[in-house]
Amino acid sequence: MSPPALTAMQQGLQSCEGCGLLSRPAPGEAEGHCPRCGEELTFRKHDSLQRTWAFVIAAAVCYIPANILPVLTTFTASGAESDTILQGVVLLWSPTGWPLSLIVLIASIIIPSAKIMALVYLLVSVQRGSIKNNEQRVRLYRMVEFIGRWSMVDVFVDTFTASLVQLQPLMSVAPGPGLFFFAAVVVLTMLAVESFDPRLIWDPISRQSNAGMELMKLEV
Amino acid sequence: MRMYGAVFNQPVSDTSLIGCPQCDLLQRLPALAPGASARCPRCDHELWRHREDSLNRTLALTLAAAALYLLANSVPMLGLTVVGRQAFTTVFGGAVQLWHDGQQIVAGLVLFSAVIAPALQIGLMLAIVLGAHRQRPPAWVGKLLRYHPTTRTWSMIEVMLIGVMVALIKIAELATVIPGIALFALGALVFVLAAMQAAFDPREVWDRIEWAEAGARHTAAGNVTAEVTS
Repeated sequence: MSPPALTAMQQGLQSCEGCGLLSRPAPGEAEGHCPRCGEELTFRKHDSLQRTWAFVIAAAVCYIPANILPVLTTFTASGAESDTILQGVVLLWSPTGWPLSLIVLIASIIIPSAKIMALVYLLVSVQRGSIKNNEQRVRLYRMVEFIGRWSMVDVFVDTFTASLVQLQPLMSVAPGPGLFFFAAVVVLTMLAVESFDPRLIWDPISRQSNAGMELMKLEV
Repeated sequence: MRMYGAVFNQPVSDTSLIGCPQCDLLQRLPALAPGASARCPRCDHELWRHREDSLNRTLALTLAAAALYLLANSVPMLGLTVVGRQAFTTVFGGAVQLWHDGQQIVAGLVLFSAVIAPALQIGLMLAIVLGAHRQRPPAWVGKLLRYHPTTRTWSMIEVMLIGVMVALIKIAELATVIPGIALFALGALVFVLAAMQAAFDPREVWDRIEWAEAGARHTAAGNVTAEVTS
């Protein structure tokens, strides 16, 4: 059977996010500092859900111009041509170049939208006090955390394309306004992940299992 | 006790007792043989991996990373030739060009994630490992150790390298591309940085570190004497 789910918070103990030390707030204090590393301690990240929502909504708003506005403009003798992220993927698609095209497609289009949807799902399920699929939800959180940085690929592609192709008047490449919004989506979703507290996923189930466990004593 | 408005918590007497950082489950960390790891029974988060000879290996890998980093940022990364004209760029040059093209914020982000954050990741690690070689690492080691994971999150050398590869192949259709020495240095740096992080065992350092509370106690005692004499 599963072990009795007793959390540090239920024992009035705070776990340090910096060094991992477990400690109890001083009498009369709600929260204090870690005696080992000095970090400010809280039972759960403050305003985690509100802050995460704010970042996710901001990211979703930026996602639209990020995909509509051009990220690169190519100037040649025959004129200027602007490409959005999706057009960049299509341009890269060729019998030999398709693996790279696929990388950009996954990193720039699929990951950012999947990330926003995953975060919304986590937020909604936590707010509804869901006790289902906890293992899957925490795994989803870790995946979003791990994969987020890879969306920056397109920013680097455009940066180095633009910095290298400076052969005026023959040909030159300049970044477009979409690049800013795209970079904003990446940064905002990373900040959203950082402000989300995964322990909130487990709190409803801990409360439930604790009901019958009031008398369980902790062997310290 | 109040120091700079800071109230310190009362630590549990047994430091092997922990709350899982991802689900807060209260549990005891078992003693682990070097190389072994412990996972949370409820959420499967890796709580601790006991690294073998952590400090020495990390130090060696950090020095290698520092050398590769300096090389990667001082020589050209990419070049191209087309109808007799040549152009080169470095990592830093990429960010500068973006700045001149009116994308200052994105340029700042590129500079931060590809140049500054990796430098901090390597530099802080070097300071941490050197400081932790003492029997009782001073409190400033703990301060650096607290911020080190942030530098790791924002240091994106491996992502940049993939980005450079894609750019390289895109441009190869238009001109002859010359991969620079920095490109190979960056490729090696990705692996050395991953190995550096994998060799490091923060718990080993935390177990021996000088406590923040003890430092505050010294200062508090000093304040009291000062008050008495004045």
